[in-house]
Formats: sequence, C-alpha cells, structure tokens
Amino acid sequence: MTPAPPALESEGLGIRFGGQVAVDDVSCAFHPGTLTAIVGPNGAGKTTYFNLLSGQLRASAGEVRLDGVTITRLPPSRRSRLGLGRAFQLTNLFPTLTVLENVRLAVQARAGIGLDVFSRAARLRALIERAHAVLAQVRLQTRAAVPAVALSHGDQRKLDIAILLALEPSVFLFDEPTAGMSVDEAPVVLDLIEQIKAARRATILLVEHKMDVVRRLADRVIVLHQGRLVADGAPEDVVASALVQEAYLGRQAGRG
Amino acid sequence: MSPAPPGRGAHVRAPPGRVGRLVLGLLLAALLAALAFAPFLFPGTRAMATASRIAIFVVLAASYDVLLGYAGIVSFAHTMFFGIGAYGVAIALARFTPGWGALVLGAAAGIGLSMLLAALIALLSLRVRAIFFSMLSLAVASVALTLASQLRDLTGGEDGLTFSVPAALSPGFRLLAHPVLGVRLDGRLLTYYLIFLVALGLFLFLLRVVNAPFGRVLQAIRENEFRAEALGYRVVLYRSLASAIAAGVAASAGVLMALLLRYNGPATTMSFAIMVDLLLMVVIGGMGTLYGAALGAALMVLAQYYLESLLQALAEAAAGLPLLAALFDPDRWLLWLGLIFVLIVYFFPAGLAGSLRLRAGEE
Ligand SMILES: Nc1ncnc2c1ncn2[C@@H]1O[C@H](COP(=O)(O)OP(=O)(O)OP(=O)(O)O)[C@@H](O)[C@H]1O
Ligand SMILES: [Mg+2]
Repeated sequence: MTPAPPALESEGLGIRFGGQVAVDDVSCAFHPGTLTAIVGPNGAGKTTYFNLLSGQLRASAGEVRLDGVTITRLPPSRRSRLGLGRAFQLTNLFPTLTVLENVRLAVQARAGIGLDVFSRAARLRALIERAHAVLAQVRLQTRAAVPAVALSHGDQRKLDIAILLALEPSVFLFDEPTAGMSVDEAPVVLDLIEQIKAARRATILLVEHKMDVVRRLADRVIVLHQGRLVADGAPEDVVASALVQEAYLGRQAGRG
Repeated sequence: MSPAPPGRGAHVRAPPGRVGRLVLGLLLAALLAALAFAPFLFPGTRAMATASRIAIFVVLAASYDVLLGYAGIVSFAHTMFFGIGAYGVAIALARFTPGWGALVLGAAAGIGLSMLLAALIALLSLRVRAIFFSMLSLAVASVALTLASQLRDLTGGEDGLTFSVPAALSPGFRLLAHPVLGVRLDGRLLTYYLIFLVALGLFLFLLRVVNAPFGRVLQAIRENEFRAEALGYRVVLYRSLASAIAAGVAASAGVLMALLLRYNGPATTMSFAIMVDLLLMVVIGGMGTLYGAALGAALMVLAQYYLESLLQALAEAAAGLPLLAALFDPDRWLLWLGLIFVLIVYFFPAGLAGSLRLRAGEE
C-alpha cells in the first residue's frame, strides 16, 4: 500500500512483568505521512507498547527499528535525539518550572546545546521565541509565566503536547492526548494533530479510545488485546469488526 | 478558557515578591561589600579569620547547592573533596620545598583527583539509581576519612600537617613598610585578598554554570528526571558532570582553607560535622538559589564565631535575673543555634533566599 520504507517498526516485540505478558509478539510497521490509531480495552498493553518503542521499558523479546536502524537497546534519551518523540498518558511535566521553561527545555534539547556551561540561557532569544511560538500553537501563550503545577488539568495536557511539538520529532507517539480534556479544549489538540498529519512528513501513532476521533484522524487502525495485535486495517473495517466491538464492551464493563 | 484557573489570585502577591527581591539584593550587596573591605572595616585577626571563612564556606555551600538544589542529588562526600583539596596543598607544601610551584601542583592534584573521584562515584552509582549515589558517597567519604587519619606518613594522621606557605603569603611578609588606612600590607592581608578573589571568581563561575543551558537541564532533571531523559538529555551524564564540577569547586575551597590555616587535618576539612553544617547552610539559605547558599554560609559562620560572645554579653546584662542569666549561659550557644535553625526552617520553609524570591504565581 505504502511504497516508502517504514519510519518505525516493531518485530516480535514483547515484554513480561513477572508471569504476565503485557505485550506479546507485536510486529507492525509505521510509514511516514500516516497516522495509525491504536485501540484496545484498558490494560491491553497500548501504553506498554509505547514504552517499548520509546525506550522507557526494555523489551524482553523482539526488536524496534527507527528508519531501519535497530534501537531496541538504546536509552530513551538517544531515541529522542534520533527523532522519536513521545507525549504521555499521565501528565509528566517539570512541575515547579514555568510553562515557558517547560517548553524552552524541549527547544533547547532539540537545539542540542544542553552541555553548554557558559552562555546565559536567559539570553538565548531564539530559543525563547521558539518556545513562545509553540505555546501559542496550543493556546497557552497567556500562561507562560505560571509554574506548570498551577495549570488546570486540560492545560497541563496541552503543555505536555507543546513539549512534544517543540522537539520536532519525525515520529510522534500520542497516548490518549485528549483524555480528561473539556469539550472545548479537545479540538485544539485534535486540530494540531491534524496539522502535523497534513504536512505529510511525520509518522504518527495515536492511542485513542474515542471512535469518532479515530474515524476522523486515522488512516489505519490496529487493535491490541491482552498484549497481542489482533486486528489491523482501514478504520471503517476495523471499527465495525466484531473483535473491536467485543473489546470495547469489555472495556466499558471494566470501567464500571 | 477553563473556569477560574488556579494561581490567578497570586498576582496580588507580586509587590511582596518584589520587596523580597530587593531585601535579598541588599543583603547580598552588604555581604559582598563587607567581604571586599573586611580588612579595613573590621580590623583584627579574629575578624579577618571570620571573613576568610565566610568567603570559603560561601563557595563550598554554593557548590554543594549545585548538587542538592539543582541536580537533586544528595551527596555525603562533599567535605571529602574539600579535604582532598586542602590535603593536596598541605602535602605538597609540607613534604616538598614550599613555594608557588609546589602550591600550584598540590592544588591541581587535589582538584583533579576530586573531579575524577566524583565522576567515578557518579558513573558507578547513578546508572543504577540516584539513591545509590548517596550511599556510595557516604561509604567513600568514610574510607577517605579513615585513610586521612591513618596514612600518617603522608597526611600526618590525626595531628594533621603544619606547613609554611610561599613567602608572600606568610604573616611576616611586608609589602610596604607603612600601613595604608591603618592597615598593614602584610602577608596576612595578601592571603585574605587571594582567598576573597578566588572565592569570588569561583562563585561567579558557579552562577554562570547554573544559569547556562547546562544548569537549566540540571533543574529539569531535579524536577522530573524521567521526562528530562525523554527529551533527549542523558541524565546520568549531566548528573556526573554536575558532580565533577561541584567536587572541583569544593576542592578549590579546600585549597583556600589550607592557605588560610597553614595547617590541615581530618577535623578541619574532612569531618562529617562539616558535612552537617554544609547541609544546614544550604537548607537555611534556600536550596536551588546559589545566593541562598551564600547567605546561609555567612549566617552560619557568623553564628559559630559570635553567638557565644553575644550570649556572654546577654548573660552579663541579665546577671540580676537568675533564669535569664542561665538561659544566656554562653555554654548554651549550640542550643540557641539549633533554636534559630528550627525557627528559620519553620518560618522560611523555602530557605531565606527562596522565601524572599518567591515570585507571583508561585505556591
Ligand atoms: N511497570 C509495570 N509493571 C507491572 N505491570 C505493568 C507495568 N506496566 C504495565 N503493566 C501491566 O501491563 C498491562 C498493560 O498495561 P498498559 O498500561 O500498557 O495498558 P493500556 O492499554 O495502556 O491501558 P489504558 O487504556 O488503561 O491506558 C496491565 O495489566 C498493567 O497492569
Ligand atoms: Mg495506557
């Protein structure tokens, strides 16, 4: 279907926690310019799969390849510098630093000048301006001087995404980016993801429970269930399939 | 957007924050001026010794704050590096021909060894978990202290080493025959200004480091090392470098201490009692602001030197009142010092500088 070589690929990827297999033999390739939605009930292993891809967890089996290069044993920092960017399901910020500094740190990481001991960070105007610009993209420009902890939950999620945008990765991993956001906040984030997708360069993976969002954004949907990849295909086919219906009924029961 | 974002009400507190910053600025300016003109403002050997100690401990506390307040790692080996710097000079000057060459060589050896050892401890332990750094630093520091007391041939053991410094720094040296502004231009004065200027340079260097992109990464690591790593920062590398820089500066402070005392022994630079003082200085002054460490160090050294005399005076003044006189007994100075610490920590939980700097919107 897609002629371009995959930007990100997992082969037989798996991890077990004690006796439990959280991700089991998942092989999948993701291509530039596409958005793949990953769905599955709670505890299916979606976040764990992301953790294996971005390096927060070490795989007990299989391989991860980025642009054809094996990165299975590399630490998260290295993968990030290679262009694999990750936003988190649970808010994961620098809490007492300002909103601006949270993003500026990502801009600085992207610029690769963290080891500079002599320039004054406050004088590096270009980085600060870039950080302001990214904040404006997620509509947080008025909150720049506030510490991250003082933001509302929805704004913290936006900041998390701003940090990812500032890294300018070639592969984006979004883990339920709109979870816990209000109805007027979610579109801001979804529009942003749509913009990234429209540029047709990035490879986007999106864990998402809301089927309307999946239908709107995804080119392709994969389904994880008990750590296994159980379905893979076009959104309309997969969403309608009996498996997903069953999985999501299971999920709703689980949420009680 | 969202209804009533939290933290809005904090704008009302902006003016106090500004006043606090002003007070902090004035305190620091006063400290700098007092140290810069100490020999002229406060003549006398005791005052000079106090001023020198303040300058040295400001550097030592500030370098410790780079670890504790910026990188978020608890080290128990910081006075070990202080000691290694001091021993470098002491051994070089006591065992070889005293002179500038031996001094520079000894200082360089002490500083180099400290940085190497710090980087090694960091690399060995931080790969596993940050808490192991604390444990390993404690173990290494205990071993170093034992070695310092037992390698008698090298370190002079418990008695330490007494040595002579280069002629220009020795008390007998006269730069001019006549006093200037009532102060004799002798070796003591030169030693003081050498200490003051090197300390000032080291402090400015640390300020540079923490305000550079590097220092910002350290703060990020302290706040959330997991996310810092996800941004692409190699957490272990940054922490190891911070540790090496802090150790190098601590060893340099040790060099100054050796020059001041013309003596070094385990109790003067290496003991764990100094480690505790250092922790107190940083916590009282305010972690994560080098200025706080400077204030904390000044306060602590002053208290150690003058609280006893102050109590003496108070006790004499209250001689007629039995209970008060007993309370102000000079022997109780440590008790009072402890009480002052408790009060400061209670009323300024962010430390002196931290509380003065609190910005609008914070907390
Ligand atoms: N670090 C860990 N240690 C032990 N078990 C873990 C760990 N991380 C995840 N698990 C387990 O692995 C399974 C998959 O969890 P994961 O968080 O990947 O699910 P998920 O699909 O992201 O679910 P959700 O939709 O709730 O986010 C769960 O049973 C979870 O309890
Ligand atoms: Mg999850």
